[in-house]
Amino acid sequence: MGVGIEVRGLNAWYGKSLALKSIDMTVPANHVTAVIGPSGCGKSTYVRCLNRMHETIPEARAEGLVKVGEMEVYGEGQDPVEIRRRIGMVFQKPNPFPTMSIYDNVAAGLRLNGFRNRKQMDELVERSLKLAALWDEVKDTLHKQSGASLSGGQQQRLCIARSLAVEPEVLLMDEPASALDPISTSKIEELIFQLKQHYTVVIVTHNMQQAARVAEFTGFFLMGSLIEYDKTEKIFTTPADKRTEDYITGRFG
Amino acid sequence: MSDSESPMNPSESTQQPVTAIPTLAQAATERKTAAVSSTLVRIRQSQPRSSRMPDAVFKVLILLTAASVFAIVVFVLWELIDKSRLSLHQFGLGFFVGHDWDPVNDQYGAMPFIYGTLVSSFLALLLAVPLSIGVAVYVTEMCPVRLRPIISFLVELLAAIPSVIYGLWAIFVLAPLLRDYVEPFLAKTLGWTGLFTGPMYGLGMLAAGIILAIMIVPIIASITREVLTAVPQNQREAVWALGATRWEMIRMGVLRNARIGIVGAIILGLGRALGETMAVTMVIGNRPEVAKSLFAPGYTMASVIANEFSEATGDLYLSALVEIGLALFLVTLVVNALARLLVWSITGGNTGRVRA
Amino acid sequence: MPNSTAGAVTKPLSLWRRAMNQGATAFAIGAAVLVIVPLLAIFVYLLIKGVGALDWAFLTQTPKPVGEVGGGMANAIVGSGVILSIASVIGIPIGIGCGIYLAEYARGRFGDVVRFTADVLNGVPSIVIGIAVYSLIVVRQKHFSAFSGGFALAIMMVPTVARATEEMLLMVPNNVREAAFGLGIPKWRTTLSITLRTASAGVITGCMLAFARVAGETAPLLFTAFGNQFWNKNPNQPTAALPLQVYTYAISPFDEWHRQAWAGALILIVMIVVAVAAVRITTSRGTLKGVS
Repeated sequence: MGVGIEVRGLNAWYGKSLALKSIDMTVPANHVTAVIGPSGCGKSTYVRCLNRMHETIPEARAEGLVKVGEMEVYGEGQDPVEIRRRIGMVFQKPNPFPTMSIYDNVAAGLRLNGFRNRKQMDELVERSLKLAALWDEVKDTLHKQSGASLSGGQQQRLCIARSLAVEPEVLLMDEPASALDPISTSKIEELIFQLKQHYTVVIVTHNMQQAARVAEFTGFFLMGSLIEYDKTEKIFTTPADKRTEDYITGRFG
Repeated sequence: MSDSESPMNPSESTQQPVTAIPTLAQAATERKTAAVSSTLVRIRQSQPRSSRMPDAVFKVLILLTAASVFAIVVFVLWELIDKSRLSLHQFGLGFFVGHDWDPVNDQYGAMPFIYGTLVSSFLALLLAVPLSIGVAVYVTEMCPVRLRPIISFLVELLAAIPSVIYGLWAIFVLAPLLRDYVEPFLAKTLGWTGLFTGPMYGLGMLAAGIILAIMIVPIIASITREVLTAVPQNQREAVWALGATRWEMIRMGVLRNARIGIVGAIILGLGRALGETMAVTMVIGNRPEVAKSLFAPGYTMASVIANEFSEATGDLYLSALVEIGLALFLVTLVVNALARLLVWSITGGNTGRVRA
Repeated sequence: MPNSTAGAVTKPLSLWRRAMNQGATAFAIGAAVLVIVPLLAIFVYLLIKGVGALDWAFLTQTPKPVGEVGGGMANAIVGSGVILSIASVIGIPIGIGCGIYLAEYARGRFGDVVRFTADVLNGVPSIVIGIAVYSLIVVRQKHFSAFSGGFALAIMMVPTVARATEEMLLMVPNNVREAAFGLGIPKWRTTLSITLRTASAGVITGCMLAFARVAGETAPLLFTAFGNQFWNKNPNQPTAALPLQVYTYAISPFDEWHRQAWAGALILIVMIVVAVAAVRITTSRGTLKGVS
């Protein structure tokens, strides 16, 4: 089952420049939360701080309280490697490993974590591919096809399966459908809807209609600050802040 | 850039200058702008009506230079084949397995040199490959950003040192070091393998292998660095996101993707090692014998040519040496071609980076 | 639906993985150190031993007879200058021409073949080129010469100059050429006066790199220029060259010659480092990047 995320006073820097300014947000478990905002507002940075991917960029750092379930992400002595295993991430441009088969792609995270039992690996790979709605399409060519030989939409679902294989509690998605065609996009959106039963999903999107379709909660970011965070319905019909209203009515961004 | 004929008739372009010059100004740097546009106007004013003839002449001249590159390779090959005919005819393929190099009796077998070339080159690879990949990984994945240009500059500086200076240093610094410290140590600990036995001169196969290794590290390292950098960032992120340590990220997300290019880099290093002459000649001991111990002197194909060519009396002697040169040429040709193909396949066409 | 096999995946980072990570980092750092150590060692020795043997006599005198102390490598320094000049005069124009061909005139497959051939030529061992030039020129003329040495080095310069020229010309944006065409300037003039001039900084860089590379070459000169213990004003006769002299002295049994070999090597490396540094300065100052 998924867990909730609690964020208090999160600040993030790229070198000397402050990119996120004291973000407070509570993400409920087993729901889909969307993060929207114009380009450069910090939404991707925010999500990447949740699983400590942000600091993999040279000279970048983040500080603050981020609690995923009981785990303090920025806690004293907390190993980022452990965090990233428990929080999965799917990226904007599908990035399957081209030198590995479909099976090996999904099993990559398992192997990293020292998983050896072949039978259990087979089960987990099948389970993950089913969860990602890809199993039926690839079950016959699991070992023969390379991860990169699939179509764009399939690649993205493969990446989702890969993330799910290591049993995360939270799934972060950074504009997962923006590089895909409309049909693949709607498949991914359907998938997200299914996934929330088992995981907490946070999705970054620049497509407001998408946020309205899939997310129950939405946060609006602008210039590094969280301007407004509420039920999606409320954000899109009666936003409390004028800036939110300007954004969703298309006056900028 | 297509091969365009002489462009439109000058008389039609009188309307062009006003609109063309602002476009130019955007393209050139600020410093170049004034210079280029005034050049253009000056040229434009001095142009004769027809420039088909000069264009054709220029094109021919340029084609000739391009053709000369072919011509050079062909000429080299031709001279090698022509001048080795005598030896080819005399010894046939047995030349390459014959163990005796006996100028006095006009008997020539190239096996000792082939053996020496192969052993010294592979020893060099054994030492250089882990070091080069280690340096490349360090610079691209682990090093603080500020240190990167410094370290890569230093590694490239290694490539700029001429072979004869490596040889000089190897004779007077490396060899004594080997003779006094390293070889006794190796003899004591690993002597049982048979590789580290016999008199310790310092000079010999081991010295040659080590100095060769130092010389090929920059090549392997810089190409490896290029292929590692060519791996897209999102591959690294994918591995990070699965919960990997940095080494695991490098192994799965970078090295794995760059495998083919790294192999290409290694083969290119091998190509360089096979043809390396001066430094090896100065330390390998120049004795045409096949010996198991790395302490023993040896002889490489390039070295025997360097040492004996100018004193070769007799046509057969010279021809035998040229035949060795021919073999060296063909082997390095194949090795380098293979390496280039591998590297190009990863970096997507020629990176064209100019290397000293 | 998440079932109990998941438990196996939730164990914290194992000691083994941590150790591998630290070990790999240590190895990489160690490799970097191990590679830089010989570099520093070589330069330090060159400086110490070379400066010690460097004096005015070294730079102005020719070698003294064996056994006598003193003398110098003046003829070798000048001889290198002569040979390298000949090499540059032959090699640079051909290289630039080839580069122009690759950037401005080549079409598809044939261009690839030429480029490939240039790379092949780059990989030919320098001693093999020496053999070929020996049999082409030296045998026919029946004597060694600076000219044949220069010719051999020119062959080695061509690929480097060609590739650098091609790369720099390709960096010149197309609208510069188009503007020139639009003015009615013919292609040959555009290429020389506009495109090449815009790329000139980079092309000069390529020439300097090629020069630095062949300046230290010894093998191709062994049987072409051959070397000379005395002054030689005639490029059609055997001529001394710095790398050749360093080699001859280094393998000799005389301490005095060993001493001088270090000095010669120092001069050689200074020449080369100056050329390489000049390249770095012109590229980092943005002269190269300012092409567009």
